[in-house]
Amino acid sequence: MAPDAVATLPDQAMAPEPWRIHSVRRDVASNEVFSWTLYPEPGVEPGAAPAPGQFNMLYLFGVGEVPISVSAITDDGGIVHTIRAVGSVTRAMQDLEAGTVVGLRGPFGTAWPLEQPRGRDLVLVAGGIGLAPLRPVIHAALQRRSEFGRVVVCYGARSPGDMIFRDELDAWAERDDVDLRITVDRGTAAWRGDVGVVTQLVDRGGFDRRNTLALTCGPEVMMRFTASALERRGLKPEDIYVSMERNMRCAVGFCGHCQIGAHFVCRDGPVFPYPVMEPAFRVREL
Amino acid sequence: MHVIAPQAVDTLIRLLSGDGYEVVGPTRRDGAIVYDRVGGLEDLPVGWTDEQAPGHYRLRERDDDALFGYVVGPHSWKKYLFPPEETLFRLTRQPDGSFVTEPGTSDAPRRAFIGMRACELAAIDVQDRVFLGQAVQDRGYAARRRDLFMVAVSCAEPGGTCFCASMDTGPRAREGFDLALTEVIDATQHFLVAEAGSEAGRAMLDRLDPRPASDAEQAAAERVWAEAPGKMGRQMPADAREVLNRAFEHPRWEETAERCLSCSNCTLVCPTCFCSQVEEVPDLEGQRTERVRRWDSCFNQEHSHLVGGPHRESVAARYRQWITHKLATWHDQFGTSGCVGCGRCITWCPVGIDITEEVTAVRRDPEGRG
Repeated sequence: MAPDAVATLPDQAMAPEPWRIHSVRRDVASNEVFSWTLYPEPGVEPGAAPAPGQFNMLYLFGVGEVPISVSAITDDGGIVHTIRAVGSVTRAMQDLEAGTVVGLRGPFGTAWPLEQPRGRDLVLVAGGIGLAPLRPVIHAALQRRSEFGRVVVCYGARSPGDMIFRDELDAWAERDDVDLRITVDRGTAAWRGDVGVVTQLVDRGGFDRRNTLALTCGPEVMMRFTASALERRGLKPEDIYVSMERNMRCAVGFCGHCQIGAHFVCRDGPVFPYPVMEPAFRVREL
Repeated sequence: MHVIAPQAVDTLIRLLSGDGYEVVGPTRRDGAIVYDRVGGLEDLPVGWTDEQAPGHYRLRERDDDALFGYVVGPHSWKKYLFPPEETLFRLTRQPDGSFVTEPGTSDAPRRAFIGMRACELAAIDVQDRVFLGQAVQDRGYAARRRDLFMVAVSCAEPGGTCFCASMDTGPRAREGFDLALTEVIDATQHFLVAEAGSEAGRAMLDRLDPRPASDAEQAAAERVWAEAPGKMGRQMPADAREVLNRAFEHPRWEETAERCLSCSNCTLVCPTCFCSQVEEVPDLEGQRTERVRRWDSCFNQEHSHLVGGPHRESVAARYRQWITHKLATWHDQFGTSGCVGCGRCITWCPVGIDITEEVTAVRRDPEGRG
């Protein structure tokens, strides 16, 4: 007996399609963080353009697949992904040069909520590689600058040498309409900036507590303390969004790995309103 | 409502076979009743029953010739619809460095399942919601699921670890089948009451030499349906979902973890567990590779792999994830419990951890005062 409405859908959602690395950018001296600008190979019909906050599954032939957030979207159909070499697949990706073909499927998951009433302040709080998923938000906000009130970017890195997108950070620092705040865990002799946790940048305020959208991405403990700091500044929990990381394998809710309580991070996230995740932050090993 | 003779089940298997179905049913192997190809009545465990208790399973000969006088064994129909191993894609390297992706060869003969219990029909409905009810549908599952012919059996003698009555999934097969059978056997009579649940089922029933059930025969079947629920060896509290949603920090999980071997037996025998992982299987020359999906289990540390290590490192956290997902968060995700009350996880747990006992213990002592 057949179930109701069994339709066989095409495989696009599960099958990696060939995209070519157009250029590679290496940000830190250790080569640990690298960015690819990817374009589809001839014959590939890309799906919807990804929205900031969404992710793609990147695939290396003969090696495997990893979920990676979108770190920029080019005007001509290219997608930029910023990757940290930390596992077997990402280490195998580390030394690839421009011209190499990799696999891509997506985009998947939820996006940052950028369609907001005009005039809201925008506070972005990034930790480490967590700057990458927020980067397309900064690009979009600067492109649509008049739609937002103050734009505050708080970025915490391990050390000055671990900071990524230095050229863009420098450019944002030059602008009058962006309030860029940077801190590092460990300074160097030459470092003149802040040292300490990123939440202290939030504690400085400088945004309207009644009319701010706050987006944060980084290690879970950092996002949790960031949300608390934002709440202390008077933000309502529902004005805060977090981007969660779990072991996403299939990206479509089949494989079961990325569950946080009732949520599949791949399907219901990775971007969640903070009140949805807040209970989960309080349970160890959920 | 119609009556067919026990021998008609043999006819049914042969007719389905003749119609081009690969017929799968219960059969006795290695001291257990498993699901495999059956060619006729001689392949069914006629005259056998199973004894089940936590961590305990034994076959025993009956003193009659009942066709379906046992309950469910270590296999479930999941192994056909969502196979333990499946090649999703084959990829071939191209001269220009690109690659071509082709679907994996999908092993999807038209299958007929014989002897599905009500809990198993419910389990398939649960997996339908996972693989067919989300934004993306699983292509292989859809293909295998679409052409099924499903012959259900209403359980007359639920086993020691059964609790489908308390999950409201059985023991009577009520829907989702093509044909449903209820076996009546005693010293004086042996017949099956047959009900069709689809056009295909009605057409097949007509070929089995059916006759209308007499009042007495119908009453005998109704007695089976009425008495079976009382023979369940286990019971799940009706408020299991609420109990578990309040029990994330309950000390019970630490206690259970002292017994749990995190062997993943419970998830492998569970007819609804759907976790899987995809492995890359390249050839030696690096020119061809396959994406192979295999069953996974939330009891494996790798299941929650993150850069810093497994997110659910402790066995307690993994047990809590499994039971809470099964009985509580599954409702949020798929609009149904993930448990159908088949009792397999209790029987096949090597240390006899009992899902109904765990919920009952937490319920009795919600604050965990001991």
